Amino acid sequence: MDPTVEYLLRLGDNALILGQRVSEWCGHAPALEEDIALANIALDLIGQTQLWLGLAGEIEGQGRNADDLAFLRDVYDFRNSLLVEQPNQDFAVTMMRQFLFDAFSALQLDALTHSKNVEIAAIAAKCHKEALYHLDRSSETVIGLGDGTDISHAKMQNALDRLWVYAGELVSADDLDRTMAKAGVGVDLDALHTPYFETVRATLATATLRVPDTDFAHKGGKSGQRHSEHLGHILTSMQWLQRAYPGAKW
Amino acid sequence: MSQEWPLWEIFIRGQHGMSHRHVGSLHAADAEMAIKNARDVYTRRNEGVSIWVIEATHITASAPSEKGPYFEPSNSKVYRHPTFFDIPDDVGAM
Repeated sequence: MDPTVEYLLRLGDNALILGQRVSEWCGHAPALEEDIALANIALDLIGQTQLWLGLAGEIEGQGRNADDLAFLRDVYDFRNSLLVEQPNQDFAVTMMRQFLFDAFSALQLDALTHSKNVEIAAIAAKCHKEALYHLDRSSETVIGLGDGTDISHAKMQNALDRLWVYAGELVSADDLDRTMAKAGVGVDLDALHTPYFETVRATLATATLRVPDTDFAHKGGKSGQRHSEHLGHILTSMQWLQRAYPGAKW
Repeated sequence: MSQEWPLWEIFIRGQHGMSHRHVGSLHAADAEMAIKNARDVYTRRNEGVSIWVIEATHITASAPSEKGPYFEPSNSKVYRHPTFFDIPDDVGAM
């Protein structure tokens, strides 16, 4: 696969799978205001998906558009990080997952605005504004609930303990990341590693949460080698209509 | 009920509006959260450039029962409306 296409799939699939996950809250969030906010974030992410996957399809040059890439690929073709496919569980896990992703996404998109690929730079500039708002919101929620009541603190700590091992993959560079960074198209993840964990740890400290004492990171999502069992379930609900009625439009 | 977030009144200044206008109310734990919620609930279709929030309990309102004594006396005082002046055509629409 063309490395730029695969790189764009990583960007697009992160946004797509997280957008799908967050949209599962629509109509179920703990408060009306939160419901609308989560739906907005999900829509932002699906909008970003359209841009990334649209560009991926264009560069691939096999006539596949963003919809084809979203609805007609299977688990082993997806290049999203393991973090974003983790189930919502409860509001605490959802917001912690969002925070761990937003902190990365804001840094990644900011760096991508300097990409030598002008289309990638333009998409990143647009998405970065959204990511900053998402980060603002998820940070404050993590702080508010972490430094909140005994119950909310316990739930946020549980969420952090559960998700911490998925944060590392986001900023761990592999061969593709390094190739793309070297070409000036992608982000130098090695340079993002420190600022990412500094941001995350600072917010978690303000939230009075205890960071798990481990550097272990599950990997295999963005390489497509070892997705968790959850991704198949997401794709089943997300793709069933196009699978059952190929080409259906409305 | 004490577990509920307090109610906030939301004011938005529109793209071309001169002043903030009351657009509705929502619940939030604090002022910062109220602004964020207002951003998501009331400006998602590009309605605004500025948001004010105020906790509803801080608003003092006139009582509906006082409507008569408060407002009706001005009904019969048409001379308070500046409708008795001749306005030069050059002024245009007012």
